[in-house]
Amino acid sequence: MPDSMGPNPGPVPGDAPVIAGAAVDEPTGGPVDGEARSMFRLGLEVFVQNRLAVVGAGVIVFFLLFCFVGPLIYHTDQVHTNLMLSNGAPGGAHPFGTDASGYDELGRLMYGGQASLEVGLAAAVLASVVGTLYGAIAGYLGGWVDSVMMRLVDGGFAIPPLFLLLVLSAIFHPNRWEMIVIIAALSWLGAARLVRGEALSLRVREYVQAVRVMGGSSMRAVLKHVAPNAIGTVVVFASFAVADAILLLAFLGYLGLGLQPPQTDWGGMLSDAINYINSGYWWLLYPPGIAIILVAISFNFLGDALRDAFEVRLRGR
Amino acid sequence: MIGFLIRRVLQAIVVLFVVSVITFILLHMLPGGEARAVLGVKATPVQIAAFNHTNGLDKSLPVQYVEWLGQVLQGHLGYSYHLNQTVASLIAEKLPKTIVLNAIALIISVGLAIPIGIRQAVKRNKAFDYAATGLSFIFYSSPIFFLALVLVLWFSLDLGWLPSEAPQSGSVVGILSQPTELVLPVLTLVLAQIALFSRYMRSSFMDGLVQDYVRTAKAKGASDLRVQYLHILRNSLIPMATLIGLSLPGILGGALIVEQVFNYPGMGLLFWQEAQVNDYPVLLGVTLIGGAATVVGNLIADVLYGVLDPRVRY
Repeated sequence: MPDSMGPNPGPVPGDAPVIAGAAVDEPTGGPVDGEARSMFRLGLEVFVQNRLAVVGAGVIVFFLLFCFVGPLIYHTDQVHTNLMLSNGAPGGAHPFGTDASGYDELGRLMYGGQASLEVGLAAAVLASVVGTLYGAIAGYLGGWVDSVMMRLVDGGFAIPPLFLLLVLSAIFHPNRWEMIVIIAALSWLGAARLVRGEALSLRVREYVQAVRVMGGSSMRAVLKHVAPNAIGTVVVFASFAVADAILLLAFLGYLGLGLQPPQTDWGGMLSDAINYINSGYWWLLYPPGIAIILVAISFNFLGDALRDAFEVRLRGR
Repeated sequence: MIGFLIRRVLQAIVVLFVVSVITFILLHMLPGGEARAVLGVKATPVQIAAFNHTNGLDKSLPVQYVEWLGQVLQGHLGYSYHLNQTVASLIAEKLPKTIVLNAIALIISVGLAIPIGIRQAVKRNKAFDYAATGLSFIFYSSPIFFLALVLVLWFSLDLGWLPSEAPQSGSVVGILSQPTELVLPVLTLVLAQIALFSRYMRSSFMDGLVQDYVRTAKAKGASDLRVQYLHILRNSLIPMATLIGLSLPGILGGALIVEQVFNYPGMGLLFWQEAQVNDYPVLLGVTLIGGAATVVGNLIADVLYGVLDPRVRY
């Protein structure tokens, strides 16, 4: 079980740096393990010891509650515009003020956050699943299939994602579901590269060889043995991917290519704020911006801590 | 080394080929095709058929791809119907400006990230390290346009110290002669990049600190500064070279946003403006150039890795 992580994929150019971003950290110094305790338990301990990760998890839970439960308690009208209330400063009935259409800014923050979080999480999950399967198949099969599949990934990596995102959304004018697919289509490459590295080392393991000897199909080996054993890498990737997806969506919203009104997301709210930046309506700018940063940081913290928790080699150092 | 070089160049060519295929496929995903984009929504089917025929768009896709690739290889990236100019001439006009902006930002951010990362690694888990780590997490997780907007709000609107618009001059020299107008765009890029670079510098320097050669140098009586800046620094710069090569797509994306926010007349702004009017030849030409730049950047980074580190054997 401890070797399920395998060695890191090695110095494949473009490996962790692109995905993991700022997050390279030294071990948090986990406890010296007794054999009796499960790896899950050990991982959990390393995770909890990382205070930043606990804070990050707390912030994420807070925003999930804020966006999805909040509107049940704090009722606002996010459909009908009311120009009588437009651009009101914070205070009184509207603690965060109102925007140009007269929507309550606090309620808007909850409503926009639903889209940001939904799209961010769904895109990250979709990208992780697709990337994992792709990488596992490429690494497991090896040879020329692997070469062809990975050159495709290299090609995808070479195109600046923001450019591609702009072209795709200009072409499709995506709704929420298409947005998830487009963002996932830009983010799965990292997972594919990481899992492929793992699969290369997993395919020669005895338990994978045993499947082959027993007559199990390649499909079974990939789905039941190679992909599940790369789960640590994938989970770490996924948490960074959520942060990236939320930023990508915000970017689209900011450029006005995101969800169409009355729908919005945090990026779209920022886009509205720009029109009034000269008027000094700061309450339109800071709340969505800070919400994006807090959620993105939290998922980055989470990814960092998860990597430490899964990183078996670091244990007991 | 020669063998590696040849293999690596061949690989880069294959990746470039893949990039061109992806770009080409995008071109053909356009709703209604290029004819619809050029002739407008009122074009009759007859007109569209005629346009397709004169431009060779009624041939099979592989044939079209080969013809298109032949054109691209000769430097013909297409024609912008919106700006009435060839894409190649547009890019030749805008690219130097984008390079200038990014080169300035890159030099400053790397120049700052190296000493910050070193200090963080040496004084690990002290106040400075925590502060720098915290800031780098914040900047790394900020949407770059939010960063830009906050800077504009503070430094141009509230304090009135700096102009909120980038230099509008048509030439690179003209742009460089307006340094105050360059401050905010460059600052935005630097803040966004420094987070990533200092973080890597920190971890790469930390790896260096525990190496045997450091102990040897110290045992021979070398001062801390000498060991840090002469021995470790040179080794920890190697991963930085690779990182910069790999960050090119991100840097180009950041430049797109910064150019859009500050109205800086480079490739990013061009791309953004033409995206508004579905000027596909420009979008695809710029995407292709961006992809090619990344492939070449990665190639240089890989080769540099071998040159900088004689221990690397291929």
